Amino acid sequence: MHDLTPITALGGSAARVDSVGDVTLTEVPDVALASVAARRRQEAACAQTLERLLGTAVPLPGYAAEGAEYAAFWTGPDQWMLSADFNGYEDVAARIKAEVGDRASVTEQTDAWVCFDLVGGRINAVLELLCNVDLTRFETGRATRTSIHHLGCYVISTNAGQSVRILGPRASADSLHHAITTAMASAL
Amino acid sequence: MTQKNRLNGGQIDRDTTLSFTFDGKHYKGHPGDTLASALLANNVRLMGRSFKYHRPRGPLTAGSEEPNAIVELRSGARQEPNTRATTAELFDGLSATSQNRWPSLTFDAMAINDRLSNFLTAGFYYKTFMWPAAFWEKIYEPIIRKAAGLGSLSMRADPDTYDKGFRHCDLLIIGAGPAGLNAALTAGRAGAQVILADEDFRMGGRLNAETYSVADMSGADWARQTVAELATLSNVRLMPRTTVIGAFDHGIYGAVKRVSDHLATPAAGKPRQILWRIYAKQTLLCAGATERPIAFDNNDRPGIMLAASLRAYATRWAATPAQRVAIFTNNDDGHRTARDLQAKGVKIAAVIDTRQDAARSYDYEVLQGAQVVDTKGRLGLTFVEVKQADGSIRTVECGALGVSGGWNPNVHLTCHQRGRPTWNDSLAAFVPGGTLPPGMSVAGAANGDLSTHGALKSGAEAARKALGLKGRAPAVPQAEDAPGTQTPFWYVEGCSRAWLDQQNDVTVKDVKLSHQEGFRSVEHLKRYTTLGMATDQGKTSNIGGLAIMAELAGKSIPEVGTTIFRPPYTPTAIGVLAGRMRGKEFHPTRLTPSHVWAKERGAVFVEVGNWLRAQWFPLPGETHWRQSVDREVTATRASVGVCDCTTLGKIDVQGSDAATFLNTVYCNGFAKLAVGKTRYGLMLREDGIAMDDGTAARLAEDQFVVTTTTANAGRVYQHMEFVRQCLMPEADVQLISTTEAWAQYAVAGPNSRRLLQKIVDPDHDISNEGFPFMACANITVCGGLRARLFRISFSGELAFEIAVPSRYGDALMRRLMTEGEEFDVTPYGTEALGVMRIEKGHAAGNELNGTTTALNLGMGRMVSKSKDSIGSKLSERPGLNEADALMQVGLRPLSAEDKVTAGGHLMKASGLVDAAHDQGYVTSAAYSPTLGRMIGLGFLKDGGNRMGETLRLVSPVTDLTVEVEVVSAHFVDPEGERVRA
Amino acid sequence: MIINHPLLGPRDSAEFVYLGAAALMDRPDPETASAEDWHDYAYLRDNPAGPHRELWFHEGGDRSILIVTRDTTTHEITGVELAREVASK
Repeated sequence: MHDLTPITALGGSAARVDSVGDVTLTEVPDVALASVAARRRQEAACAQTLERLLGTAVPLPGYAAEGAEYAAFWTGPDQWMLSADFNGYEDVAARIKAEVGDRASVTEQTDAWVCFDLVGGRINAVLELLCNVDLTRFETGRATRTSIHHLGCYVISTNAGQSVRILGPRASADSLHHAITTAMASAL
Repeated sequence: MTQKNRLNGGQIDRDTTLSFTFDGKHYKGHPGDTLASALLANNVRLMGRSFKYHRPRGPLTAGSEEPNAIVELRSGARQEPNTRATTAELFDGLSATSQNRWPSLTFDAMAINDRLSNFLTAGFYYKTFMWPAAFWEKIYEPIIRKAAGLGSLSMRADPDTYDKGFRHCDLLIIGAGPAGLNAALTAGRAGAQVILADEDFRMGGRLNAETYSVADMSGADWARQTVAELATLSNVRLMPRTTVIGAFDHGIYGAVKRVSDHLATPAAGKPRQILWRIYAKQTLLCAGATERPIAFDNNDRPGIMLAASLRAYATRWAATPAQRVAIFTNNDDGHRTARDLQAKGVKIAAVIDTRQDAARSYDYEVLQGAQVVDTKGRLGLTFVEVKQADGSIRTVECGALGVSGGWNPNVHLTCHQRGRPTWNDSLAAFVPGGTLPPGMSVAGAANGDLSTHGALKSGAEAARKALGLKGRAPAVPQAEDAPGTQTPFWYVEGCSRAWLDQQNDVTVKDVKLSHQEGFRSVEHLKRYTTLGMATDQGKTSNIGGLAIMAELAGKSIPEVGTTIFRPPYTPTAIGVLAGRMRGKEFHPTRLTPSHVWAKERGAVFVEVGNWLRAQWFPLPGETHWRQSVDREVTATRASVGVCDCTTLGKIDVQGSDAATFLNTVYCNGFAKLAVGKTRYGLMLREDGIAMDDGTAARLAEDQFVVTTTTANAGRVYQHMEFVRQCLMPEADVQLISTTEAWAQYAVAGPNSRRLLQKIVDPDHDISNEGFPFMACANITVCGGLRARLFRISFSGELAFEIAVPSRYGDALMRRLMTEGEEFDVTPYGTEALGVMRIEKGHAAGNELNGTTTALNLGMGRMVSKSKDSIGSKLSERPGLNEADALMQVGLRPLSAEDKVTAGGHLMKASGLVDAAHDQGYVTSAAYSPTLGRMIGLGFLKDGGNRMGETLRLVSPVTDLTVEVEVVSAHFVDPEGERVRA
Repeated sequence: MIINHPLLGPRDSAEFVYLGAAALMDRPDPETASAEDWHDYAYLRDNPAGPHRELWFHEGGDRSILIVTRDTTTHEITGVELAREVASK
């Protein structure tokens, strides 16, 4: 076991939590991520393997899916982001590569992103100040890439109107955090 | 002073009294008041001075179309010029100041301009300030700006914040008058996602300003009841205080919500305004209509206003500009004002009706076939002179005059995509027509349905149609249904100083003069006279100007046409367009994985794109940046230095065709690169010019990690996607950026290997034999952490780049520092990085500057002829391959004290110094602590064959001439022995 | 503007980067093309007042490159296709 101590994307030793009213923003460092892109002419085989890993159909464009071990959301044509609990799945890319073999290209993405959960009854009032997502139709299980203050982010509806997960570029974690918390103060 | 002109009734909260000041004087008003209504109630009619002649002015209207009552609101940093008193919502403590007057509103020295009006006609400035040209900027313009100004800026940073936001809906309804409210009710009850936006703080539109009833209750009550029902519908979003400022492509609307303008200061964390971008599948414009004036001599005195505005002040705000009022009208609506005012106890001096057959009244005197020909009263109206039907002149005493020339539908938003309105003869007005923005329909007065019944009905019908609702239409609430024909009456015969555009001081005479001088197109008229170019954009004036122009040209009004309507509908604060993107938040910031550590070390940071990078790490006692940078370079070359190079773009290229793909995007070959090896790659644009350079490390048969320069990371990725999707669609290759996933550090210097051997787990051999120059591998460090190691060098030293997952970057940097203590490890920043790469002669952004080719860069032979790659064909063009083509060289000043500056040009040792004798230019320069002098890189004609030649480096802009020797660009270790050590 | 993405539905054009005319996809065959062909490909563009086929990169989305047929005089969009699918036909 190595002896290097990680820091969170916001530069702390513990996850940041911010609340305004009933809405809470929590930094979630314990997410392991890997991008899976089907190899050309292996699209069906790749989807099949992913379906087995997820225990459910692979998400269609604009959607996310959750399995017991892994969750996934669509990121591009024949491309998905798979996530798992960092504790136990830090080697998520290697594990998935072992499953998909030559059917897909797998790229470790764990630390490419900062992950936030935004939870509470009025999250839509916050989100509408941040990103151009049609919240009137953002049902549970929808996932989309969108721009938050010029940062390309993924927004996943984990419970419509109640909670979303936001993945943003890790190096800009501070800027994204600032954008979300100022929007919380403004909207709530 | 008490509220002398406060009437009974009205939609104000009399239980609460608000204090405010105007020009330092204290007044009282009530919640529900606007600044204008409160001032009128306090018997203040004079609120501003006109733009050019400094004529005393009071409000003309009761809404956002106001040209006259323009004031400065608030003080200090929040001072805002040119706001309309007619829309400013009163709050306790509001302070307002009149503008464009000196020394005071009642005595304005600049009113002398009014006496000089014969000279200050249309085109005065163009004609007068032509000569001498040099006078314009320094003398004429500042004087004119001062004299003919509007309000003044505080010249301080805006302390408020602004937000932007996004909303989506099935139906956007613009305007919450009778049409908009009934449309919202229809759509809302049907379950559609509805947004109802209205610029007013109280929804209801004209219903709040009228006394007639809707469905057995007052119109205002019906509006209140309807708004209350709408508020209970979760699918309906009410947006009061929200002006839809523009209709953009494909159903996108801009809307400014005034969140805090009715408060003294915004609450903590709250924005002042929000710019909403509304995405509407369908849009219903219910923007109502604007009353139009009649032009007559001296029609601009305080107290003269539009008749329906007079009525709105009395009915909604229980305020009147005077207790004795006259009406001048060409239609029945003017009589409605007379009746409503009289019912409130205001004395009607007379109703002057241009129509011979105007109905008489038992309640007040009606002068049939009469016209107002002049007015009196210096700072406010005292008398009007009426020319009666028999030609006699009669003087009528009154403190206010309501003028009604009919109504113009508010077509603005229908024209924002260059549609033109069409002329409706029975209304004598432009109505929406031609091509409307896709998805837009119009209802109510905005569509020419001027009666309340018509508005209610057409609102509901249009909503049903927009949403495709089937079934029986619900009953329309009972309401007045007066016929909506209008006869044109634009101006009183023989008038001259009769104002059309009150804000920009354009008179009937000016329009005639402009015609006489040959400005026949409506666009020319506008620009020559400035008609309609003020902050109100001619909402009350344009039509009058068009009518006069048409008459002079012997054309009809539709033949003359309108000018183009452009967003924004009403003046918009620049701040709300910027939103949160101000100052440090102008763009997002990217921090490197070692940022926290570097900050602790006291690093000086520099912006590189969005990245913040350590520029150098000053030590105690170092007072000049050069001391730090020289030390970092020397220490790295002597032992070992560490630099965070995470910012380089990293793209993961995978797939069975990955090598073929790289063979296409790089001009040099990659097919034969062995696994575990890294190669330098040069990327060309298709026109043969160098685009970017970097390395590609082959981690597996079907996996490469490509690096790009920091600056071009996004562009290179985009280019690679273009090649992948558009040019090689069948290739099996997948791309993804991994820039931020890995913390990557350059470890450089003769002791770099020894340092890394303390970090890299022992089962990985990183000796020169086991891990030679340009090797790469997946390894583990610090007892098992996955990492990547590349033996590449930008500094020219024995060097490695080591990468770990970003969350461990901080810890790895700290570990490198502690383990490196025995080697005096030195962190270095971008400056030292830059110095070392110049010393080594590596090209960077200054050399890959968008004009240079592989040949220029000394890499001509790298462009493979044995394969096709992007840019290879056009790089063969003769023009890029001439014998004396620019070649990259090193430049060394003959005297060690001499300066070398990037941007300087190279000239032969003797002869003329001019563009014709130009030999090349300097791209990069730095002080080299290694060589003890400044050095430079540059491009020189036929540079490869001119080693040892002495040239002059000249920089005329900095008055520099230095003798330099042409040398190899590789100042340090030209044979490359160190990197292979 | 709103671009109706074939996979993701209507998306604001702000999410896209404009890459130029779709003619960029017709790269000359390096085996057979003449210097003139390369010149035309690299430098010559039509500038129609009317329908125009152009490339839009969904940089802020799924990174697909789309071929958008847009009327340059009205901004009306009459067709949107995935460039990769068109290219592989």
